[in-house]
Order: sequence, then C-alpha cells, then structure tokens
Amino acid sequence: MKTENNKTIPYSDLSYATEPTAFTKFLRTFFILQIIRFFVLNLKIMRIVVGGHS
Amino acid sequence: MAKVLILGAGISGHTAALITRRKLGKKHEVEVISPNSNYQWVPSNIWVGMGLMTPNQVKFELAPVYKKLGISYKQAMAISIHPEGDSTSEKAFVTIKYLVGNKINEEEKIEYDFLINATGPKLNFAATEGLGPEKFSDSVCTYQHASDAWEHLKKCFEKMENGEKQRFLIGTGHPMATCQGAAFEYSLNVAFEINKRKLNHLAEITWISNEYELGDFGMGGAYIKQGGYVTPTKIFAESIFKQYNIKWIVGAGVSKVEKGIAHYETLDGEYHTQDFDFAMLIPSFAGSGMKAYNKQNEDITAGLFVANGMMKVDADYSGKAYEEWNSNDWPSIYKSPLYDNIYAAGIAFAPPHAMSKPMKSKNGTAIFPTPPRTGMPSGVIGRIVAENIAEKIITGTNDHKHKASMAKMGAACIVSAGYGIRHGQAAVMTVFPIVPDWEKYPKWGRNISDTVGEIGLAGHWMKLFMHYLFLYKAKANPFWWIIPE
Repeated sequence: MKTENNKTIPYSDLSYATEPTAFTKFLRTFFILQIIRFFVLNLKIMRIVVGGHS
Repeated sequence: MAKVLILGAGISGHTAALITRRKLGKKHEVEVISPNSNYQWVPSNIWVGMGLMTPNQVKFELAPVYKKLGISYKQAMAISIHPEGDSTSEKAFVTIKYLVGNKINEEEKIEYDFLINATGPKLNFAATEGLGPEKFSDSVCTYQHASDAWEHLKKCFEKMENGEKQRFLIGTGHPMATCQGAAFEYSLNVAFEINKRKLNHLAEITWISNEYELGDFGMGGAYIKQGGYVTPTKIFAESIFKQYNIKWIVGAGVSKVEKGIAHYETLDGEYHTQDFDFAMLIPSFAGSGMKAYNKQNEDITAGLFVANGMMKVDADYSGKAYEEWNSNDWPSIYKSPLYDNIYAAGIAFAPPHAMSKPMKSKNGTAIFPTPPRTGMPSGVIGRIVAENIAEKIITGTNDHKHKASMAKMGAACIVSAGYGIRHGQAAVMTVFPIVPDWEKYPKWGRNISDTVGEIGLAGHWMKLFMHYLFLYKAKANPFWWIIPE
C-alpha cells in the first residue's frame, strides 16, 4: 500500500514505529513470491490445525 | 435412540451439529435451536462493513441444510436449562421460546440426552452507555451491523470526496472487550480504501483499545521472527499502523459514547474524550442469559454459569493471581462439572481467566482484554465436543478421547488489511499454543517456530480462499468433512 504520509511528527507514537521500506512493500505484493508464500503459509497453518487437537 | 440438542448455530454450534449428525447416523436425533435463521461466516463481515461484499455473500439459510442432513431445527431462543427435569418429568430439558411463525412467543420444553451450549456471545452494547448501532457507534459483529456500518462509512467517504475532513475511531468499546483482531482489520481496511480513493489528507484514523500495548490482541501478545529478529507483536502492529497512518490510544477503557464523542479512561487514571465522525467499536461479550433450574425448580444458574453468563466447564475457576496462571487451568473437553451430559462450545464456555495480564487504572477500573476464542478455536472445540458425545452414545463409555485445550492447540488468524486480487493485503498470524505457556516455553511463551506474523498479498488470497472454503463446508456440500476447522 502506498501512503501519502511523508511527514514525521517528532516524539509522537508513530515516530517511534518501524516502517517497511519500498522494497519490503514491493515484496508484499510481488506475485511470484506471494504465490510461494501462499503455499508455505497454508502448509504452516495445516500443521497447526492437524496438531492442535486429538 | 439418543437425542443431542445443540443451542446455537454459529461456527461452533453448526460444526458440532454437522459432525454429530455424521458420526451418529440416522439412528439418533440431532436438534438445533437457534434464534438466527442464517449461518454467517463472521470473519468476512469485515468486507461487508467495507461494501466489498453483500450480506448474502457471507450468509445462507440454515433450514435447507439441516433438512438435507436430517437435523431438526427450530428458530427459537433457549430460555432455561433443566438438567434434572422437573416435577412432571425425570428427563432433562431446555425451555425455548419461538421467535417466528405460528408459534411465535410460545414456549416449549425440548428434552435431551446430551446438550451442547454453543450460544456464542450476547453483544453487550448496554454495558457501555451510548454504544452500538442503535445509538452512536457502529459494529461489524453481525452481517447486519456490518452492512449498516458500510452505509455510514460510505457517507463519510462522500463527504471526504467533497473536501470535508473526517475522523474515524475504531477499536474496543468497553474496558474489557475482546475481539481486537476484528477491529484491527477493520481499521486497516478503512485506511486502505481511503488510500485507494486518494483521500488520506482528509482522514484522521485513530485506534482505541483496552490493550496494554499494541499487538496484545487479548492473548498477551506474541513473539514472531521478523527481519532477522524475534520481535514482539507490538512492533509488528505499530509498523502496520505507521504504514497505514493510523494513530493509536491504548490502555483505554471506553465508558460512554455520545453523538460524535467517545469518553474513555486510561490506565493512568485520567479521563479523556475523542471526537469522531465515524466510530466502529466492539462491545463486550456476555453469555446468552439462560437460567438453570434443578428438579425442585430452584435456581442453579450460579452453579452452571459464571457471573457474565458464560458456562462453567472443566477449567480452574479458583481465581488465581496472574503469577500463578498455568496452562492446566484451561479446559480440554468442555464438559460441565455438574452434569455429565452438558457441554459448552465456542464462546459460550467460560475461560478460567484472561490471557492478557489483568490491569487496573488508578481509579480501580479493570482495563484489559478478555480472551478471544472466536473462529478456529470455536470450530475445533465444536468438533471435539461432538466427537466425544457421539462416541459416548455409540460405545456407552464415559471416555473423552478427543481433547482441545487452548493451552495446547494453535490458531491461525488472517487479518485483512485491504481487498484486491492484485493489491490486497492481509497479515497472517499463527500462534502455538493460543494460551502462552511460560513453563514449557520460558523464552517466548510459545513455540517460536509455529508463531508467525507476515503481511502480504498471499494473506489476502488465503482469507478469500477460506471464505469460500468454509462456506462450502458449512453448507455441507460433498466431502465437507475432509475440510478441517
């Protein structure tokens, strides 16, 4: 998501938070990587689901 | 022939109904009592609240599904439980009151051999003065509330398009509300849609929550691996809010809402107000308000339920101090300690204590989240309760082979952060176990390998995929049973 918030207010709560770089934001919607993450995260969830109850 | 009576047809009750029916076959009777005529896939209500889905896309009628499966169904409200019968009958029963049809407002006794209380939460708007869709704030807790919220939000967007600045307040509407996750994703979706419309300069979005820190989510926060560090979810949540330009107020208990003004108290004991043009605030949850009576018609409600109306199960309700909390405090089979044939599933069971550390303001007001147990845990609990009851009926033994303690199972939560097949976003969060276990995992409270927080387009696809998958399952379409909770 592109934001138009280019001004930091010193000492505000927001000013102390980490912010993703443009590259990180690009990766979050980079189609090929996200397809891989889709399967990886689904597998991770399935492992939790299956192991979570007996 | 045995009869299993299920009160409620939400995620937990409906799961229990489907599984009980499948396990027991047609020899035994399964009956569902629900005040709602529809099943709703609650996680997608967020998108209804943004006008991105219609209510019809997140709900369907229960009656045809139950007819197909041979489950009796009555649209009614359970009023009281009589586990020992009454002066005229030895058989346990529930008194219900019809809400529609020829029998509207009539009461009826429904007998049972096994009872599953899956009545879910009562949305307790009345606990906060001025809160709720009928007063001064919106909600996304039901598809109707979400649809109404969208109508109000749409007007705000129209005003912004005409150059008028708008203030949005999103979060929890009671000092002890839960379900921070739903409010969190709603705030992100509002920010995403405002950004899509290029109206950021006219929007001021504020998150207000009873969490001690951002990212607590009512589960005491979590630690996740991220960018070469293990970081608390506080960092994760702050980072998302910074990217979406959302300010936050935490440790805040909303005490009163007026037209355009929310009053709240913070943990330091100070009282503040926050102005808004649009507010979506999650209410506190309570039990359904059912009563219970013994054979002599004496009120035994306090024996079956805790004070807020949630049902007591096999948990430790001794009221231990935070330092003494233990994973074994949490229930694993969800059976009433008083009656062997009564169970509570989903939000209807009373948790032994919070997961977040209890906090009080300097004025003595308790300001902290109560534990979340929506979505995946609700479904899993509904499943194991149904499986245990079915096996009890079939084998005649009193064993409970199936267990699902929230202190021993994980959960996945997909937090929508914007809708769109190419540019949508969602944060995938998994935790294992749900309840932090500081004895077993002294460093991070949970298994750090199974605790994930990741934001991206894949998460949006997953949330959308789960929307269709779980509605398919809930409709009991072919091979529904191979889809896990």
